[in-house]
Amino acid sequence: MVVPLVRVQAETFDPAAESRRITQGRTDIGAVVTFTGLCRSEGGSLAALELEHYPGMAEDELLRVAGEALSRWPLQGVTILHRFGRIAPGDDIVLVVTASAHRRAAFESADFLMDYLKTRAPFWKKEHPVCGEPGGWVAAKTADDQAAGRW
Amino acid sequence: MKVLYFAWLRERIGKAEEEITFPPGTRTVGEAMAHLALLGEEYAYAFENPSIIRIALDRRHVPHDCPLGTARELAFFPPMTGG
Repeated sequence: MVVPLVRVQAETFDPAAESRRITQGRTDIGAVVTFTGLCRSEGGSLAALELEHYPGMAEDELLRVAGEALSRWPLQGVTILHRFGRIAPGDDIVLVVTASAHRRAAFESADFLMDYLKTRAPFWKKEHPVCGEPGGWVAAKTADDQAAGRW
Repeated sequence: MKVLYFAWLRERIGKAEEEITFPPGTRTVGEAMAHLALLGEEYAYAFENPSIIRIALDRRHVPHDCPLGTARELAFFPPMTGG
């Protein structure tokens, strides 16, 4: 029985440490995929992103998405960390770690987790530009819905 | 019932949460949203395009025709942009 690790936090995270947390003391894992999503500067125009979330539901929804991955792939570990608050260009936003005996399941489930959490986890990004007034809320992309729809 | 707003819905309405007693006969979460839209200009602005609004009932995504039932927490927000 694999118990997913899900955390919603303001602090940054360490992908290598999260990977080790899954693999330490085990010899049955053949593949670990870590995906890190970072904040872009959008060509230097963005000072920061502000991430709002729905406390409680964000954790619940990430757990549901992780549970869905566990039901579809033979995984030995799943971790999802998502940050909130003010995030500067170059800083981490989200981390997904998947571990399996073989690479295919680890790759596919990490891809699935990112597609699914983008359309299901209650987080919203607001842009703070370098110049001028605080900007607008990032609009959801149809491409993200389509990406989630392929699974 | 506790009602929550997030992102630009929160900004347009000017508050993050409030306690609302819906009129008797309010059956679905979509009907609850239609009631909120009548509470003032800021609400009308927030809910001007109801079809794009996402709704969660007791912290689970639900379609607009989902019955309110005995839920305690109702949340309205725009499409999500995490990740």
